[in-house]
Amino acid sequence: MMIYAILIMALGAVVLGASLGFAAVKFRVEGDPLTDKIDAILPQTQCGQCGYPGCKPYAAAIAKGEADINLCPPGGADGVQKLAELLGREAKPLDAEEKPKQTALIDEQRCIGCTLCIQACPVDAIVGAAKQLHTVVDPLCTGCELCLKPCPVECIAMNPVGESLDNWKWKPPVFTLQRQA
Amino acid sequence: MPHKLFRFNGGVKPATHKTDSVRAPIGRAPMPERLVVPLHQNIGGKPQPCVALGDRVLKGQVIGTADHWVSAAVHAPTSGTVRAIEPQLATHPSGLPTLSVVIEADGKDEWIERRPVDYASMAPESVRELLRDAGLVGLGGAVFPSHAKLSASKKTPMEELVINGAECEPFITCDDMLMRERGEEIVRGAGIFRDLLEPKRVLIGIEDNKPEAIAAMREAVAAAGESFEVIAVPTRYPAGGAKQLISVLTGKEVPSSKRSTDMGVQCFNVATASSAYRALTFGEPLISRIVTLAGNVEQPRNWEVPLGMTIRDFIALGTPRADTNRYLMGGPMMGFELPGLDAPLIKASNCIIAASPKLFPPPPPEMPCIRCGSCARACPHELQPFELYWFSRAANFGKAQEYHLFDCIECGCCAFVCPSHIPLVQYFRYAKGEIWGRERDKKAAESARARFEFRNERDEREKAEKAERLARAAAAKAADNPLASATAAPTAASPAATPAPAAAVTAAAAAAPTSPAVPGEAPAATGEASEAERARKAMIAAAVERARAQREAAAAARPHDAATSPEQ
Repeated sequence: MMIYAILIMALGAVVLGASLGFAAVKFRVEGDPLTDKIDAILPQTQCGQCGYPGCKPYAAAIAKGEADINLCPPGGADGVQKLAELLGREAKPLDAEEKPKQTALIDEQRCIGCTLCIQACPVDAIVGAAKQLHTVVDPLCTGCELCLKPCPVECIAMNPVGESLDNWKWKPPVFTLQRQA
Repeated sequence: MPHKLFRFNGGVKPATHKTDSVRAPIGRAPMPERLVVPLHQNIGGKPQPCVALGDRVLKGQVIGTADHWVSAAVHAPTSGTVRAIEPQLATHPSGLPTLSVVIEADGKDEWIERRPVDYASMAPESVRELLRDAGLVGLGGAVFPSHAKLSASKKTPMEELVINGAECEPFITCDDMLMRERGEEIVRGAGIFRDLLEPKRVLIGIEDNKPEAIAAMREAVAAAGESFEVIAVPTRYPAGGAKQLISVLTGKEVPSSKRSTDMGVQCFNVATASSAYRALTFGEPLISRIVTLAGNVEQPRNWEVPLGMTIRDFIALGTPRADTNRYLMGGPMMGFELPGLDAPLIKASNCIIAASPKLFPPPPPEMPCIRCGSCARACPHELQPFELYWFSRAANFGKAQEYHLFDCIECGCCAFVCPSHIPLVQYFRYAKGEIWGRERDKKAAESARARFEFRNERDEREKAEKAERLARAAAAKAADNPLASATAAPTAASPAATPAPAAAVTAAAAAAPTSPAVPGEAPAATGEASEAERARKAMIAAAVERARAQREAAAAARPHDAATSPEQ
């Protein structure tokens, strides 16, 4: 009788092992889903201010537990909060100063057409050709500031994005507290 | 047989204040000397200016062409000269500027050549295009381009066309007066919509507090020999909301995820119908509309005004009383405070109310929500405003969306009945704005990611292509002169001696980072390259020098900064 029990257990192990092996191949998840989830929260400025060469590497580092969640200044406190929620960690204050969103602007008088900023722009937001005036495509600029350093003539400036009818929002109602008599 | 009416949930009955402004007939406002016509007056694409500074424009001439399909053209309201194309104060609660065309009227009021058309003989597509180019938008206040609403759903046959003359908001009487005086135009306009949409029935819904308008419309329908039904609907705010009027007249509820055409219904405002008629039959684009001037003024009245007339010029027609402290556009329920008197009247302006502290006392302070549920009973969309309020206030926007925040039409019934005087609609508007803002950021981030990934891919590809090119050149050289290349570059030579591209690629790729020029090719190219290089370097050096001079000049102007950071 004992032999049956062993055989049944052995058969079960073989069947389950085979199905698990099949599932591992069939339903294999490409890449790291956690990295993608973290990457979706990051603002995609690709600025490298976190110390990693882009948002995806930073996301991978967070997923591996190598990097802290409060290193992304463009994401701001809001971004840290979201990352904390996703990872079930405590939110922390941002490890840098939070800046309002900015975009780059090239001074046309000073640009020499060296193409260095075009090569530096991680999101292809600068257009131009050698010895021709370059310009920033404003809606595409993420404000990463990576084009500032390579410019040999310092003709790029960052300007804060102002309020316009396109991005204007209703403010939350505000009430002044009144002292009770 | 009387038409069977249905009802919508909730609603309120605020004091109507409509009797003062209907005593006098519609007046024709005098043409002001200066008109400010904003280009973006519709939902959808921003029209692009098509006139230049200093151009003479004629009345009805296009000054902004429609951008894409959901957009509507903008026209000069009178003849005159374009004095500026620049951002001007927008008729918008933000007080921000918007690109506008400033026209100085020449007083001749000279029309451009008008081309009346016989729309019945035209293809429906060209009629829709004509209406877009006539700048026709929904004049009930939503300013959605009308031509985009004039295609029936492919799946559902069009059953009812609803013409909206309910005009449920207090103070506003422009549609009432239009129906009384120009019923025929409305009926003919409704006929145009009927011919384009081919519904089974045309229903004209009017609130029963406008008996004169109902009588006038019945007369107009009979005179035109049409079979439209003019139906009196009970006066209850917001019966004039499109979804509410549709449900009162047809009993159909339009689900949040669908359009009314999916249910076989379409709804247009009466003023839109009359403007469509004028656009096709007389070739007159939308350059004027009827605006109610009411509230704290000596002579409340309806005026036909050229679009672009400033609020300042307009309110002078009614002589505001001394204690008027602000002006509202729209009604007291859904309107907003105008940011300034220089803002112009636009296609969305149906009513300007002069407000005084007496007429609209400041709201009592907001008290905590007592969870009484009055707002839910009043909500015509059967939402739960108290839930939306908590989530909006706590910035829990995902939850607010789950409770169908975007179905809210901001009618203000909930705030009207709230015993704690909570400005609920303000919270909802804030929450909607934040959600839209986040969506925008998210879209921008996604496109940035896509561009970043594409760029990286391109960089990789370019590197690989360059390596391959170099390898091929090396292989070719090696084949030509195996001995020379062998002595010049022993590492690259051995695989290149037999022309095997794949092996050469790897060899050259390995060699590329260390030796930028391929051996054998380099000496010939150096002469030209170095000269070009020198010229370029000289140019950059000159530019750098210029930049440094500029920086130094700037530093000299601020000696303190220069002292602390001489290098920067």
